[in-house]
Amino acid sequence: MTGVPLLEARGVSMRFGGVTAVDTVDFGLGERELRCLIGPNGAGKSTFFKMLTGQLRPTAGRVLFRGRDITGARPHEIARLAVGIKTQVPNVFNGLSVAENVFVAARRGKSARQARAMVDQVLTRLGLAEIARRIVGQLAHGQRQWVEIGTVLAQEPELILLDEPAAGMTHEEVVRTSELIREINRAQALIVVEHDMQFIRMIARTVTVFNRGRILIEDDVERVLTHQAVRDVYLGKKAA
Amino acid sequence: MSRSFLATLALMIVVLAGLPMIAGLFGLVQATLFISMAVLALSQGFIWGYGGIMSFGQSAFFGLGGYAYAIAAIDLGESTLPLALAILVPTLFAALLGYFMFYGRISDAYVGVITLTVTVILFNVANSTAGDAWRIGQAALGGFNGIPSVPPLNVPGQPDNQLSPAALYGVAAVLLVMVYALLRGLLATKFGRVVVAIRENETRAMLLGYDPRLYKTITFAIGGGIAGLAGCLFTNWGGFVSPTVFGLQQAAQVIIFVLLGGLGTLIGPILGAVAVQYLIIAIGTQQTFNANLILGIVLLAFVLLIPRGVLPSLGLLAERIAARPAPDPAPAAVEARP
Repeated sequence: MTGVPLLEARGVSMRFGGVTAVDTVDFGLGERELRCLIGPNGAGKSTFFKMLTGQLRPTAGRVLFRGRDITGARPHEIARLAVGIKTQVPNVFNGLSVAENVFVAARRGKSARQARAMVDQVLTRLGLAEIARRIVGQLAHGQRQWVEIGTVLAQEPELILLDEPAAGMTHEEVVRTSELIREINRAQALIVVEHDMQFIRMIARTVTVFNRGRILIEDDVERVLTHQAVRDVYLGKKAA
Repeated sequence: MSRSFLATLALMIVVLAGLPMIAGLFGLVQATLFISMAVLALSQGFIWGYGGIMSFGQSAFFGLGGYAYAIAAIDLGESTLPLALAILVPTLFAALLGYFMFYGRISDAYVGVITLTVTVILFNVANSTAGDAWRIGQAALGGFNGIPSVPPLNVPGQPDNQLSPAALYGVAAVLLVMVYALLRGLLATKFGRVVVAIRENETRAMLLGYDPRLYKTITFAIGGGIAGLAGCLFTNWGGFVSPTVFGLQQAAQVIIFVLLGGLGTLIGPILGAVAVQYLIIAIGTQQTFNANLILGIVLLAFVLLIPRGVLPSLGLLAERIAARPAPDPAPAAVEARP
């Protein structure tokens, strides 16, 4: 399992005009690893995430997938390397049915029959089989999040990037999502960007904390959450 | 889905095949015009309703098809290759235009502006081709007056065996059914489903590994080819072509066809085209009202009252009636619907 990491960022920076959102970050992710990215608002998590997914091109540094340079590759090219992405605001095909959403995802690189089998499998796994014919735009927010996760799973990615998967979910939905993420992690690597500390505790092993565009600390979840510097950036230092 | 498709197809064939039995020659000639407009409406309905591409200048490809056929038919004498060119030239032109628009990441609103500009440019170019200097082979482009006496389609391989107006109607009807069936088939393929998915959410499609630029360019090119075929039929109908095929009125009319009939359907635009053409002719026979004025009122009424168009609204109505609980009809009928 040693050697070339699955995903690697080397000295990646992103500047918007005079603002440096991400400042020379080095980051590595192993095969089948589950990593959480946390940090306060404006810490640079989402910007970093978008550079990994090709939605933004870094102003400096390189991004490597299994040693292959994907810096500035277009999102569809990165997706074809078996990288599945769930964005912060759910990006789903609102006017189409749940099954059609997953089918379109599964159909790339598969025959229609294989894709249909994949749709059945994914819908059953996510418990969406009963609403397979419903139009996604009419579903509740949590269900739409799962539909999006379903489209990602149907791609059979080896690396899955989730941006705030638990946002706007009820407590039960959060619990189910955390179980799902752990189950996915048995076969696939994941990077999860998240705000919700409870959720992080449910899923995380290793956590990378962002603050002001840099990595503040990267360690085991318990050690990170009890770390004084992390508490400071999250809760804000009590001034005198 | 496929049953409704077969039913629609059967109905279309019955209507188109039955028309010669009840309509006279004049009726058939008019029907040929309606069909050419219906094919144009299909092209707009396909790229707009399914591809999400808002083209304000579908007339550009319509006109290119008309001109390509006219010029090639005059020069070659035999009409098979000109028919192919009437489809091929606008397809390639649309592919090129689409390439620059979609690969240049032009936003949706500007796609409308650019296509509109292109048709205006072509209108002006075609308008300024008067005089002897402007000929392609034997075909004089004729500027504002256009190209008269364009030979109609002939039986393939027999240039002297030209189609009668009634036979031309038959060919147009078959082509309309073919275009409709091909588009329905295309929409059922992987390509068609991805095109619709891109309309729904371009970012998601991209994150799934599809390149929206490529799909949109191909969709736009297909729409261009169909519009070109419509232009060829139009030129055959009148035996002549003039710059008005590129005109703003033509560009606007096809949008009205689609809006009226229903965006996101294929039959809707066909019905919209027939209805509007019928209306234009009916208005033209009286002197009291201006045709454009009435068309404007009709469009306004539709946008305000039936924004989805006739066909989708009928579908919704049918769904509501079906969903309504069956027993005790009296109170249900009283219940007000907002």
